[in-house]
Amino acid sequence: MGLETAFGEGWITTKLEFFINWARKYSLFQYPFITACCGMEYMSTMAAHYDLARFGAEFTRFTPRQADLLLVVGTINHKVAPVLRKVYEQMTEPKWVISFGACASTGGFYDNYAVLQGIDKIIPVDIYIPGCPPRPEMVLDAFLKIQDKVQKYKLLEQK
Amino acid sequence: MSQVVLEKLKERFRDAILETHNFQGNETAQVKRESFLEIMHFLKDECGFEMLLDLCGVDHLPETPRFEVVYHLKSFSRGYRIRIKVRVPEDDPVVPSLVSIWKGANWYERECFEFYGIKFQGHPDLRPLLLYPEFEGYPLRKDYPHKKRQPRIPLLKPETR
Repeated sequence: MGLETAFGEGWITTKLEFFINWARKYSLFQYPFITACCGMEYMSTMAAHYDLARFGAEFTRFTPRQADLLLVVGTINHKVAPVLRKVYEQMTEPKWVISFGACASTGGFYDNYAVLQGIDKIIPVDIYIPGCPPRPEMVLDAFLKIQDKVQKYKLLEQK
Repeated sequence: MSQVVLEKLKERFRDAILETHNFQGNETAQVKRESFLEIMHFLKDECGFEMLLDLCGVDHLPETPRFEVVYHLKSFSRGYRIRIKVRVPEDDPVVPSLVSIWKGANWYERECFEFYGIKFQGHPDLRPLLLYPEFEGYPLRKDYPHKKRQPRIPLLKPETR
């Protein structure tokens, strides 16, 4: 018994922009760029107990070209920074970025010659998740905030 | 436990062993660079140290000689462990390579060369190992600026905290 049975053979009216954003926010294709231990917490968020699939984001893509949400999970150092920039540039518009954990957001406690002090130095970021590592609840909350942001996306006022 | 090895070393090499100590079972010998290769050959061939567990650099900046290379050896057949230290001066940071004795020394020496600038004489291929090719300087030396960064791509905003 789904929604369709409640409407019978009727029809609904909506705005195109609202409808497209609604469809997008419940089918986020994500590309997890995992470099460190935060990946474990990402896995537990994806797995059955916390089950990210409930929010329509269970579909992990293996190429950034098919993804619209980039998750940067873990420490990014200067050596890998050009790779992350290239991955971001390969994603098609519209695209969103989550910075997952303290290292991706600020460099964490690695304040040294090797580590990039936050991925916002090389790519734009929509949501930062603090924590070392963040709790799965915080990751779910970040997804809800990304969904809000997707719903407010203006199709005609693109970057 | 490896005290007997230290005794053997002192008896055989005398002046080349600058100092020995044993802190909580970690037998350590500080040796002269000139006799270093000979001592390592002796440890491998006659004392049964089959494995080079680790090799690392140390920068004792205000002191002279400035650098030190620390070797950890293990003997599986006799259950011994020993630590050998050799000091090298800043103006001539060269240590004989151990690749001819333990093949495993190859990447350790490349890593030590990359981070401290200590050269290993006789190494077959002494290239940097871990950092990106554009990287300049030796980042684990104490005089490497703490806040110095070498990004490979232009940054959107400055890297300050």
